Amino acid sequence: MFDFLGIPPQALFGQLLLGLINGSFYATLSLGLAIIFGLLNIINFAHGAQYMLGAFIAWFMLTYLGLDYFWALIVAPIVVGISGIVIERLLVSRLYHLDHLYGLLLTFGIALILQGTLRNVYGISGLPYAIPQPLSGGTNLGFMFLPNYRAWVVVLSLVVCVSTWLVIEKTKLGAYLRAATENPALVGAFGINVPLLITLTYGVGVGLAGFAGVLAAPVYSVSPNMGADLIIVVFAVVVIGGMGSILGAIVTGYGLGLVEGLTRVVYPEASSVIIFVIMAVVLLIKPNGLFGRAA
Amino acid sequence: MTSFVNLGRETGRSTWAVSGHALGFAALLIVAIVAPVFVYPVFLMKVMCFALFACAFNLLLGYGGLLSFGHAAYFGSASYVAAHAAKVWGLTPEISIGLGVLTAIGLGAVVGSISIRRQGIYFAMVTLAFAQMVFFFALQAPFTGGEDGIQAVPRGELFGIFSLASDRALYPFVLAITFGGLLLIYRIVNSPFGEVLKAIRENEARAVSLGYHVNRYKLVTFVLSAGLAGLAGSTKALVFQLATLTDVHWSMSGEVVLMTLIGGMGTIFGPVVGAALIVTMQNYLAVLGGWVTVIQGVIFVVCVLLFRKGIVGVLTGNIRSPRVKSRRKSQK
Repeated sequence: MFDFLGIPPQALFGQLLLGLINGSFYATLSLGLAIIFGLLNIINFAHGAQYMLGAFIAWFMLTYLGLDYFWALIVAPIVVGISGIVIERLLVSRLYHLDHLYGLLLTFGIALILQGTLRNVYGISGLPYAIPQPLSGGTNLGFMFLPNYRAWVVVLSLVVCVSTWLVIEKTKLGAYLRAATENPALVGAFGINVPLLITLTYGVGVGLAGFAGVLAAPVYSVSPNMGADLIIVVFAVVVIGGMGSILGAIVTGYGLGLVEGLTRVVYPEASSVIIFVIMAVVLLIKPNGLFGRAA
Repeated sequence: MTSFVNLGRETGRSTWAVSGHALGFAALLIVAIVAPVFVYPVFLMKVMCFALFACAFNLLLGYGGLLSFGHAAYFGSASYVAAHAAKVWGLTPEISIGLGVLTAIGLGAVVGSISIRRQGIYFAMVTLAFAQMVFFFALQAPFTGGEDGIQAVPRGELFGIFSLASDRALYPFVLAITFGGLLLIYRIVNSPFGEVLKAIRENEARAVSLGYHVNRYKLVTFVLSAGLAGLAGSTKALVFQLATLTDVHWSMSGEVVLMTLIGGMGTIFGPVVGAALIVTMQNYLAVLGGWVTVIQGVIFVVCVLLFRKGIVGVLTGNIRSPRVKSRRKSQK
């Protein structure tokens, strides 16, 4: 086998796979953020907390109800989505006439409440969530050992991301959504219920975060802080990609995950900051982001 | 534009406002001098450090209209540098604090010049991301002591002569720094520079068309705000003789936003009141442990929904409408 800069291929591909896993979460989360931002014009700071909530719901279902991972994969995003709809109707919708920064502050407060509550009840050490039986084990690809669950995460998140993109770009509902993003008043004048569309969009965007949380539960342990640091990286991903394009958010998410994985092989000390460095460079060269539209 | 009407109104009552602010500063000074008789001085010094921090943050948010979500980076990095200078290099407190401030200014200049390329929500996300970068640096760098931080920092001797070791000696020093900082911010806000800054906050396009170099104003404000946050952070390091990861963590950035929001952004004394309130709450509700975070979250939600003017904003009633923009306009 070959060596890459004197790095054994096992380590290289292992880290690249890990990067791809992280990339899956970046992509799914930044996709949700981009959809929400497109229509609501707010940055959902609670996104990380809602991702964490998804993982916790999976854990609750397994621990208290005995319902396994595959049930959680369906139920948790719906529950998180519904909780998002409640939050949007009760709280977020009161701020649409104000500066967008208030939306950021409100959702930051919601994130503090969610994280603080779960931290008080379950501590910060993290709760283990076993890899579901059918997906345990792994496959030897010759050049590396591929754990089945990790392959499942990458494939499933890719499927969800691409189908979300297809719904937005190719269906009638997606067309309404895109039109409402451009000009909500005009779309409303055509008799389309824009407030309902906004509410559903928030629900779906947040549901995507919950879905990512369930996917993450067996990879990382379930902990109240799991979303807090992740969301800041996802913000950087969103700044790099620019929020104008759904596909851009997906591509940037996976791409940056890979770059991060590669950095962990070449220069591990920089792996936690590489995305922020890339963000600085992108801001200097292309302030609107790689896929962003001019403001 | 309504905003310019507001500005006109402000100048129209400027004599009242000035004498009101003079009274406010006098009252604050008296309270600060008398309070140590009744309250634990270290607690008061903590309030003062955070009051200065919040006022520095408010300079950027309340007057510049820029929401930085990463101000802990300047507070914390200055705190680390001052602690390191005082402990390892054995420098005097004024030089240690000076080095901390310089660090914050340098960092603010770099981050500011990149961040102001984006606006609004993006600006908040970019500053947050850079602050996280500083956090990871502090976590890994050899001189910060990782999870332990820098402990047992000597308070040293002011100018190499006056020992600041006792709380009684340190208190006037911290009071002088805080008041100097507050007066400087007051002076900046009420200078021609401050007027231009407020004009940019209200209507950036118009300020550009009037020929102002908007980005230069924003950058200078960012650097000033970072430097003053650094002053607060360095002083805090000497008061507590400690610099830790808490100082650079994003939750610290969130706290300073909360202090400013609850006190009243865009007011001179609002952040002071907000800082006093939040620090007191943390102190007396410490028995509740982690629930303090939840309470802070609830305060955030309530403030944003119902109480956007903040305490001082409501009390004085003399505040601009909190940046109300029609949704349609912003979507253009």
